[in-house]
Amino acid sequence: MSEKTGQRLLLQGNEAIVEGALAAGCRFFAGYPITPASEIAELMSLRLPALNGTFIQMEDEIASMGAIIGASLAGVKSLTATSGPGFSLMQENLGFACAAEVPCVVVNVMRAGPSTGLSTSPAQGDVMQARWGTHGDHPIIVLAVSSVSDCFDLTIQAFNLSEKYRVPVIVLSDEIVAHTRETVILPEQAAVTVIDRMRPAVPPEWYIPYEDNSRGVPAMADMGSGYRHHVTGLIHDVRGFPTERPEEVDAFIRRLFRKITNGFPEIQLTKTVMLEDAEIAVIAYGAVTRSALRAVRQARGRGIRAGLLQLITLYPFPRKAVEAVLRQCRRVLVPEMNMGQVIREVKRVNVATEIVRHNRVDGQFITPAEIYAHLLAM
Amino acid sequence: MMQEDRYELRFGGAGGQGIILAAVIFAEAVGIHEGFHVCQSQSYGPEARGGRSRAEIVISSEPIDYPRVIGMDLFLAMNQAALDAYFADCKPRGILLADATFVSQVPTSRALLLPFTTIARQQLGDALAANMAALGAVGVVCGRVRLASLEKAIARRVPAKFKELNIRALHAGAAAARQLDLAALPPFIDSEEEKEV
Amino acid sequence: MTEKTGSLRHDYLRHDKKFPHVWCPGCGNGIVLGSLIRAIARLGLQKDELVLAAGIGCSGRMPVYVDFNTLHATHGRALTFATGIKLARPALTVIIVMGDGDATAIGGNHFIHAARRNLDLTAIIINNQIYGMTGGQYSPTTPYGSFAATAAWGHIEHAFPIAELAATAGASYVARGTVYHAAMLDDLLAGGIARKGFSVIEVMSNCHTQYGRRNQMNDAITMLRYFKEQAVAVDRAAGMSAAEMAGRFTIGVLADVEKPNFTEEYQKIRDRARQQ
Repeated sequence: MSEKTGQRLLLQGNEAIVEGALAAGCRFFAGYPITPASEIAELMSLRLPALNGTFIQMEDEIASMGAIIGASLAGVKSLTATSGPGFSLMQENLGFACAAEVPCVVVNVMRAGPSTGLSTSPAQGDVMQARWGTHGDHPIIVLAVSSVSDCFDLTIQAFNLSEKYRVPVIVLSDEIVAHTRETVILPEQAAVTVIDRMRPAVPPEWYIPYEDNSRGVPAMADMGSGYRHHVTGLIHDVRGFPTERPEEVDAFIRRLFRKITNGFPEIQLTKTVMLEDAEIAVIAYGAVTRSALRAVRQARGRGIRAGLLQLITLYPFPRKAVEAVLRQCRRVLVPEMNMGQVIREVKRVNVATEIVRHNRVDGQFITPAEIYAHLLAM
Repeated sequence: MMQEDRYELRFGGAGGQGIILAAVIFAEAVGIHEGFHVCQSQSYGPEARGGRSRAEIVISSEPIDYPRVIGMDLFLAMNQAALDAYFADCKPRGILLADATFVSQVPTSRALLLPFTTIARQQLGDALAANMAALGAVGVVCGRVRLASLEKAIARRVPAKFKELNIRALHAGAAAARQLDLAALPPFIDSEEEKEV
Repeated sequence: MTEKTGSLRHDYLRHDKKFPHVWCPGCGNGIVLGSLIRAIARLGLQKDELVLAAGIGCSGRMPVYVDFNTLHATHGRALTFATGIKLARPALTVIIVMGDGDATAIGGNHFIHAARRNLDLTAIIINNQIYGMTGGQYSPTTPYGSFAATAAWGHIEHAFPIAELAATAGASYVARGTVYHAAMLDDLLAGGIARKGFSVIEVMSNCHTQYGRRNQMNDAITMLRYFKEQAVAVDRAAGMSAAEMAGRFTIGVLADVEKPNFTEEYQKIRDRARQQ
């Protein structure tokens, strides 16, 4: 539990992620120093020991990702946090977590890239990497935070979804949210919904570790709890052993996708502001939501019927919510701190409505005035 | 024009002058002890050591959308370089509060000059306490926070052995600011821009 | 002394996993597996409290055969997964089996840091001096002047002495054995598993299929004979000159020290943190 719940606090986004993780039951953190994510590791190193948890600084981000998978296999909810360059290194083992269905949460505090980029400047360039960074066909869940309170709430949500669906969940933050301090009131621990992975209800000799069920999410036994089984990154049969039989391979891959598709209604989180009678809309995510919100309010002040759709879940892409906005509005603006990543997903939903782009790649925050100027012209 | 009581401050100075700490203390005082919504941010990176340093605070009684400064209502400049670099975002009605120890040229008539570093050095024997003296003056000029709230925030954010020094500096700066006549500041020009964003 | 492997097969290997295994006839990996279960039986460890983790390569297939908690991780990363498992459940005995390329090329950084960190883990590195599974490319332990699929003109790099590297990096227990000296290997593995802290057992093993074939050692017996002739016991090597040791390697326990290990040290931090 988090000792800071129930109080009015001034927290940075990175600090709120730690509080959210602890409230969700996270008791293991492995990481490697990187700006602008390091505060998460620093605070975890301070907080975890007293909660009987474990912090370890690994030799790199590859190792950090491996360690959190190991801890999760042994039954402990696990977190790592990084930024773009480290996130690139995590992709290999992230794929293992997808294939072996190991719950874990990865926070990527985005900074401007490519490569070392601008290490202290915000950007939103890692959306596609979060979705498709690791190799092979795989489903994954990606959430985007826009405020300090989001950092707390969505980190809990990330753990819950990860546990429920046995899938790694990526939390995309950015340098703005990470380092802005905001007043927040964290809920009491008792008011926090915490979901734990489903563990086997059968005795060990009956346990089939990757057996399908109606949800498509097999029960997961903690390593060392008497349910001896094999875990591998190879495509495996229901017993966890490597297989190349086409019918078993096909069933495995399709179940990985089906378990997420089944959960769309609760996984695809969005938020609407003043969309009821909107003629034009902004679709935004992350810190840019804040600029968009202000611009939409200003436009309303001018009599322009503008609205906002905030994408909280980026993947699985909330197609239904986006489609509703596209059907209703004559023009839609997608402002992003990249050259256009989510706009492509929006366009894939519907090409009939005019979709306008606004991109900023100079390491600077998109301002309300930039979005407002578009709304005036739309 | 939107009906909101959004109030924006920026603190600028040299790295090592305690600009960010002052902003965090201010944010905590108004956010925790005065009950406002607060967003506080700062520039990081090469600027944070030796060069220029910048921190911002946005205050509102409503939840804050855009967390950064759009136009400052109050700009605290602790040296000339920071004043020159960061003044441009000041609202026409905004007030410049500057450390007269290091600032000689001001780009606005709505400027208040107090020698924070000199005050800190002479009254407290430590020039490093200038940031807290300035914070005391900011508290008086902005009118949105009680000195008692700033004291509480200092107690939480500053190591115990420096607490007393910092609180004395806070009061010294506040006392100096009370000598100023805010009503004597010239009126601002209400430009059209002021109504936008 | 060597325990009878026959009944141990039934006790420790998976009944639901079909044999024959994936390894070539005569492969040294089977000897290492036999030694491992004999060492475990000798220490009286229960299957539920054992973890065998591996990376990628021929050695990586070993976990699937043993009836423990088993993990087949990514290439070179087995130690990182094992670190998480051990820290999450310190009561488990965690053993990692890796190949030379797995442990000291792609996983080299994890390897030296695991040794430095001194977590209570046992790393078995099967050193066959080649990348076997991918087809005989040179590894960090391929000898200077030998041939490999990617050293068609002769190898011009120098080999890592794995055991010496581990000792220098800070491992608590370091030993080297060979698949020829199987009885000694039982002792070395049991010693490493029993030692608190990071243990490394380098096992010189034969890949006659990929290494031997290209280096005038076409079959398993030739390679085992090579190990028999080139291996020198640690105490005997101490009395030999550098010239006498040229091209040969020591076997036995190279380091066995008692020092604070991460698992116990971290528990002390937890206790201190809880008191405050």
